[in-house]
Amino acid sequence: MEQKFDIPAQKPWSGIVKKGQTIRIEDTYGQQAIDTIFYCADDYTERYSSQETLRAQGSAYITTGSKVMSTEGRVMLTVLADTSGRHDTSAGCCSCESNTVRFGHETLYQHACRENFILELGRYGMTKRDIVANINFFMNVPISANGAMTVDDGISAPGDHVEMRAEMDVLCVISNCPQINNPCNGFDPTPIRVVIEG
Amino acid sequence: MYTHRTAEQIAADRQRYEEHQRIGLEFSPKTPPNPSLRPAPEPDTGSVAMSRSVPGGWYTTLHLAKGEVLRLVPQGPVSAVALAAWSSADTTERMNLPDTVKLQWTTELKKGRVVFSDMGRVMLSIVEDSSGAHDALTGGSTPATVAQYGDPNLRNTRDNMVLAAAKLGLDRRDLMPLLNLFAPVRVDAKGQFVWRSGMIGDADWVELRAEMDLSVALSNCPHPSDPRAGEVPAPLDVIKIKAVPVPPDDLCRTATPEAQRGFENNAKAEG
Repeated sequence: MEQKFDIPAQKPWSGIVKKGQTIRIEDTYGQQAIDTIFYCADDYTERYSSQETLRAQGSAYITTGSKVMSTEGRVMLTVLADTSGRHDTSAGCCSCESNTVRFGHETLYQHACRENFILELGRYGMTKRDIVANINFFMNVPISANGAMTVDDGISAPGDHVEMRAEMDVLCVISNCPQINNPCNGFDPTPIRVVIEG
Repeated sequence: MYTHRTAEQIAADRQRYEEHQRIGLEFSPKTPPNPSLRPAPEPDTGSVAMSRSVPGGWYTTLHLAKGEVLRLVPQGPVSAVALAAWSSADTTERMNLPDTVKLQWTTELKKGRVVFSDMGRVMLSIVEDSSGAHDALTGGSTPATVAQYGDPNLRNTRDNMVLAAAKLGLDRRDLMPLLNLFAPVRVDAKGQFVWRSGMIGDADWVELRAEMDLSVALSNCPHPSDPRAGEVPAPLDVIKIKAVPVPPDDLCRTATPEAQRGFENNAKAEG
């Protein structure tokens, strides 16, 4: 069975991926950051850990072969395919508050991923407290040998996708990033598609 | 093609971003300072508010009032100190390392840099730092990382942090990515993590100034990437130094436009 979800620009989404099912996240129009957090569906207090994921794989970006790890050191999902090549999990999601620091106080009243996450997590009894460092699919954040870190133009083309197999039942929570102050969305946020199969 | 913004809007936003980027990547307008000299000088007479020693493998919790300085001094090699921090006034506001590295355009946190909360405010300033060798990306030890050494009594940072959080009235939902001090993890040109042991040495120390009232948890366990991660580390000296007035030209408060705006957010929150 195949379930398709079209997610409008700037909006959140969530859904369950059962163990053994695959989830395909498609950057329909290209250069669109897709902020994603996974929670263990049986116990939301076990959730995605960026640090556990990076340490376990020994490299700084998510791509084919990456194992998405939980805070309890368990494999949540495995990345089976990635037509784009590299995804960030070090730079977190945007917020109204961090935007003021990055881009100036005049950006406070702009929509942001953290707003999406708070509203979507609220449907599951979770709060701001439960937002953890996320994966930024299709966000290009190179980290240099001298530590420099910057959000650069996205490298994803229209239709690029990443496909993962769930190794446990997971709740997937997405913010289709509304940021317009840096190139993570080509300064023009676009719709995306999620497909769950199996 | 889907689009909802004009070419003019996009071009203007791009130009503004590239200006932020240019300044951010230069650590402008100030030049980064030299590392603090080893060893740490004796604290001024009467300046110490609290001092304790945390045994190797163990953890501690403490509260810092705004302006107080936390001095951390490992008493031997094989030590990395994992740190978690929450606003005492509202523990849903907590250290946010993704924001910290993104806002400052660098993963290398060292003297002159600050640590941000998830609310765009500054929690800690790195006012003294002998090594500049801290890891914001790969986390601390866990039950799984220490299991390989075959010693069931070997403690780990994940369990320490769950315990420390409990003693602050918090639980594992409240744990965030951890700052690992004295852990020289770097990213090489191929995107692989590497351990640069030459960056740390005997008598390393760091001082972090609280920029709001904080609850802090510390774990004294080796970093999982340390080649000697199977050893029990030396004790960690934890010293709380009383607040002193901060001069207007303080490095951490003025080093970057981002830090300045963060401190402006602190001031707004203080009303």
